[in-house]
Amino acid sequence: MSSGPERKEFAATKKMKGVMGKYFMEFVEGPKQGRKTAWCTSVGPAELLRALGFHVFFPENHGAMLGATRAATDLIPLANARGFSPDICSYLTADVGSYLKNETPLQKMGMDGVPKADVLVFNTNQCRDVKDWFQWYAREWNVPCVGVHTPRAIGELSESIIDDVACQIENLVEPLEEVAGQKLDVDRLREVIALSKQCTDLWSAVLATSANVPSPVTFFDACIQMGPAVVLRGHPDAVDYYETLLAELEDRVAGGVGAVEGERFRVYWEGMPIWGKLKGLSTQFLELKTCVVASTYCNSWVFADLDPADPFRSMARAYSSIFICRSDDWKEKYIETMVDKFKVDGILYHDAKTCPNNSNSRYGMPQRLEKKLGKPFLVVNGDLNDLRLYSEEQTRTNVEAFAEQLAER
Amino acid sequence: MGHYCGIDIGASSAKLVIVDESRRTVAKAVRRSGVDYADTAQRCLDEALAAGGLSRDDVDGSLSTGYGRDNVPWAQGRMTEIACHGKGAHFHFGRAMTVIDIGAQDSKVIHLDARGRRTGFKMNRKCAAGTGAFLEEIAYRLDLPLSELNGLAERSTKEVPLGSFCTVFAATEILEKIRSGERVDDIVKGAFRSVVKRIFEMDTVDGCLVLTGGVVAHNPFLAKLLGEAFATEALVPPDPQHVGAFGAALFALESNAKGESAC
Repeated sequence: MSSGPERKEFAATKKMKGVMGKYFMEFVEGPKQGRKTAWCTSVGPAELLRALGFHVFFPENHGAMLGATRAATDLIPLANARGFSPDICSYLTADVGSYLKNETPLQKMGMDGVPKADVLVFNTNQCRDVKDWFQWYAREWNVPCVGVHTPRAIGELSESIIDDVACQIENLVEPLEEVAGQKLDVDRLREVIALSKQCTDLWSAVLATSANVPSPVTFFDACIQMGPAVVLRGHPDAVDYYETLLAELEDRVAGGVGAVEGERFRVYWEGMPIWGKLKGLSTQFLELKTCVVASTYCNSWVFADLDPADPFRSMARAYSSIFICRSDDWKEKYIETMVDKFKVDGILYHDAKTCPNNSNSRYGMPQRLEKKLGKPFLVVNGDLNDLRLYSEEQTRTNVEAFAEQLAER
Repeated sequence: MGHYCGIDIGASSAKLVIVDESRRTVAKAVRRSGVDYADTAQRCLDEALAAGGLSRDDVDGSLSTGYGRDNVPWAQGRMTEIACHGKGAHFHFGRAMTVIDIGAQDSKVIHLDARGRRTGFKMNRKCAAGTGAFLEEIAYRLDLPLSELNGLAERSTKEVPLGSFCTVFAATEILEKIRSGERVDDIVKGAFRSVVKRIFEMDTVDGCLVLTGGVVAHNPFLAKLLGEAFATEALVPPDPQHVGAFGAALFALESNAKGESAC
């Protein structure tokens, strides 16, 4: 990729690095003071775990770190050789490979490796792979693995689904109390949920600023900025951080400052990021004066339904209403709303080879939405982490040709 | 009279076309892309200028396309081969169409409306099946010069299907066909049919079907099979291998007319 225009950095990022560094160091310091560690899937019941005093580790965040640092492609084969197919989630295979080789970017932050879990808690609202992933560690460490089995392809989120999922979350309390060595204080749970709601509202407001023309932030920026929303929801540090970031974005909007100089086109990114190519793609879009203004992915950590007054049912509603576990009809309506809200010119679908659950170009959706919305689309074949599945040249040409097509309209 | 140059540096071959203001091709060149694209581009340019009795100063605009489009120091603009094949094909047929460009390492389906504006496109996945590279592999397995494949496929009287998606597995299938005594011409036709299937499953065809690229240029029988698969006549423009370079030259001409950089 040629050297091109530079990304406009956010002053707030320095603060984020501090927030994230403090979060990771707690995995070193916490256990010394008797604090327990829970692993949680990224859209799992983190609030419950935090309320029970666990420090919460999100291995998908670690998977993304392995992808972004381009370590994943060399680590994945280690898991493949132990029976995990190259066709399954490359977060899983990269993370297991990282554990087997004891090689992780976390070591640069002063950690020995991934923090050992006292308990692993999954929610299959995303996919089955997260459960398989956690069960591997449960066997490795001989620790409990519990979770929630959320229905998938949900159309209308009925009360019976909420009842079921809320009941499953409540059923986690007893085994988690046993590991935590303390009883759940429901008032503490309400406090955590209130903080989580504040975080999610602020994160949603951050993402909403890109509805402005020009957009003050790109999808690629948001992939970096989303860290606290994923790992620190329910913690005051995340709330504090997003207040700072939102203020900076509002300043950009007031000053008419766009993240992409001379923004010509606005694109929606559907699907997973290609972590190892975030920088290169960001640069290419800058060169093309095309802003990827919004994404399904970054909006997946917006949980508007969280409500401290109704902790279990609101968690059930929030975590069962996410895009990934909804029906195609529901997803299409969602994307339609986003295209309108963010004034999108075209949609890019990332068909991630190892993530069928988060690839929405495989059942004719791009063609249906193009017909309905009159917006052109591009499908990029790649992967979230496994760069063996990514063609640099084909993607470069595809993206450039897409911008040419938008220019012809 | 002004002249405009388009160069298409593909994965296998570099093609160059010089047109005059009336969009008539006055010179062209083709050679292996090699490993030094800038040098190849210069050699193509020198060759075409000599063939057309032109000097460098006679060229009023230039544009590069193809994999090596960033490596042509003298090109004043660049566009993707998707744009350029569409441009070149539309010039010849002037109506709504689906252009299928089969190159050495990728295949593209390009949809154009009646005015030549692109309405969509698709490239093959990260896989050599359905491209020239597949036929190169088959020729190697059968120990045949590439140039003989078309004649052999035309002479075939029997279908010997190859079922695999994968080029490597298809080559293994071919070994099995050889063992079981199938004729070479029937196997080659099976390989052609395999390319057609990979293209057919990429996308649908709207409007007329136009085929471009080096693979079709050297294997007209493949064009016939593609037409059969899509149940429509397959139109092939003059000199299909140079259509991308021709389209690039047209873009250079139009950019010059608008007084803007071709890029």
